[in-house]
Amino acid sequence: MQGYVKTATRASRPFVLLLALVVIALALAPLWASRNTLQDLFFILTMLSLAQFWNLLAGYGGLVSIGQQAFVGLGAYAMFGAVILLGIGPIQAILLGGIAALALAIPTAFFAFRLQGAYFAVGTWVVAEVVRLCVSMWQAVGGGSGTSLPRDARDGLIGLDQIMALFSVRGAEARDIILYWLALCVTVATVLGLYAFLRTRSGLALSAVRDNIAAARSVGVRAEGMRWRVFLIAAFGTGIIGALIFLQNGRISPDAAFSVTDWTAFVFFIVIIGGIGTIEGPIIGVLVLFALQSAFAQFGAWYLVMLGLLAIGVTLFAPKGLWGLISARTGLSLFPVRRRLILSDPSEDKP
Amino acid sequence: MGLARPDTVPGPAPGTPILSLSGVCKSFGALKVADRISFDLPKGQALGIIGPNGAGKSTLFNLITGNLAVDAGTVRLNGRDVTRDSAMSRCAAGIGRSFQIPQPFGSLSVFENVCVAASFGRNLPESAVTDDCITVLRQCGLLHRANLPAAQLSLLERKRLELARAMATVPDLLLLDEIAGGLTEGECQALVDTIRSLHAGGVTIVWIEHVLHALTSVVERLLVLDFGRVLAIGAPDVIMASAEVREIYLGIDV
Repeated sequence: MQGYVKTATRASRPFVLLLALVVIALALAPLWASRNTLQDLFFILTMLSLAQFWNLLAGYGGLVSIGQQAFVGLGAYAMFGAVILLGIGPIQAILLGGIAALALAIPTAFFAFRLQGAYFAVGTWVVAEVVRLCVSMWQAVGGGSGTSLPRDARDGLIGLDQIMALFSVRGAEARDIILYWLALCVTVATVLGLYAFLRTRSGLALSAVRDNIAAARSVGVRAEGMRWRVFLIAAFGTGIIGALIFLQNGRISPDAAFSVTDWTAFVFFIVIIGGIGTIEGPIIGVLVLFALQSAFAQFGAWYLVMLGLLAIGVTLFAPKGLWGLISARTGLSLFPVRRRLILSDPSEDKP
Repeated sequence: MGLARPDTVPGPAPGTPILSLSGVCKSFGALKVADRISFDLPKGQALGIIGPNGAGKSTLFNLITGNLAVDAGTVRLNGRDVTRDSAMSRCAAGIGRSFQIPQPFGSLSVFENVCVAASFGRNLPESAVTDDCITVLRQCGLLHRANLPAAQLSLLERKRLELARAMATVPDLLLLDEIAGGLTEGECQALVDTIRSLHAGGVTIVWIEHVLHALTSVVERLLVLDFGRVLAIGAPDVIMASAEVREIYLGIDV
């Protein structure tokens, strides 16, 4: 043996413990958090998952999509359609939301992968608009003005009675608790799943495809297959989260479900402010977005102008985002994916 | 070198050329960049390709590697027709290449660049290729740079990385595209020494180069390309003595 590969860093081991504690504390949040806090946490978790999927696409796969709202919206509408028209339970219908988004992603990828860079971005946006227009003609789920989830479906959530009894709360609060736990599960699965994927050789190859697709092909990487896989995974996950968000909302309309501001611009902001192409970045980004929203949302349009200016400033002066600044200063890496070669004979480290 | 490609298919008949082109044509609109190109390359030989700018040298490489599709003709690798195969499967079939302008995976480290090539080029798990990567990095003089991001390398080091990445796929056939261009005299000599030692290890090489003394110090045969046609092919000293080649390539009035 001439050497070995190491990915772990000094900080990453204690961080695993810290992460486990945070997840446990979050899982117990219904015990210590008010209903408002729980809803805020739901917002943070769902936006974080959306951001991680977009990060997988844009940051790791080089596929800068500005049409992810197509999958949020279609996932949400598929869930509503399944509940209203087929009488399926809302939680089971969330899975259908993911499958519907996956089904849309196949033809979308077929067309969009013929486009490069900025053309790809615009192409995905056009697809999202087309889907929005089609859905707003779907009268059974309220057409252009939207609809609400039927009361009996909301009250028939799995485990609702048990939660009401366990925490001695009313139906609406119990519903928030269930959906919050679902959001927590989806987020933990997304972050850990993404991390596990990036540590495989496919994760390394995905970065190679992003950096240089021709060179990746010529060393034997199935570049097209890589891009397909990432696009479909991101669409499925985005559809699931879309369905979950609108199950929590209880009301849907095409403008809300296919909002480019809510589901793509905010996600951009989270990933870019935090640090694109890192798992840590979006976690920081979503906390920054939440803090800014809590402090400045009452300024309305000016708040959005400020977010935009901040994002421009960060791209110009700290293109690797806040996490990029932190890790450059400290060398920290909490979710390390870089492979470092450690030689058995350290003298070979010199030229 | 001590690396082996897992051999699952029976080898070709002895004496089969490793690379064989017959009647390969390619046009970009009205411009013919490859015009009925045919030649055979025996296993273990190093072939140099020269020709004026725009003669179609890099295009010929892209046709061999599958980055471009031929309009007509066939490309055979070890006797097997690979004309319709993708670049990815031709890599698996044993072609390794370096790009004229180095194309590193800039955000990955030098080691990771080589690791992707070793793992995907030979379809082995990542954990099985670490030692082979170290061997290749040592051969190419990059071992002390292993953990540096590839984007931070100097030009010579980028060219070495091109070589290392191609070698990590354990190619039967190595295609080098102007790998000595733009280097200083000393750097060029160091790189030529590396290539010569790889060739001495049994690797078949096709090398496009403008730096003639570097090329002729390694190759056994020289092919001259002009307007997409094979003008001459043969021993380097014979080719370089030909009046036609001197006129076209060197611009010498004869």
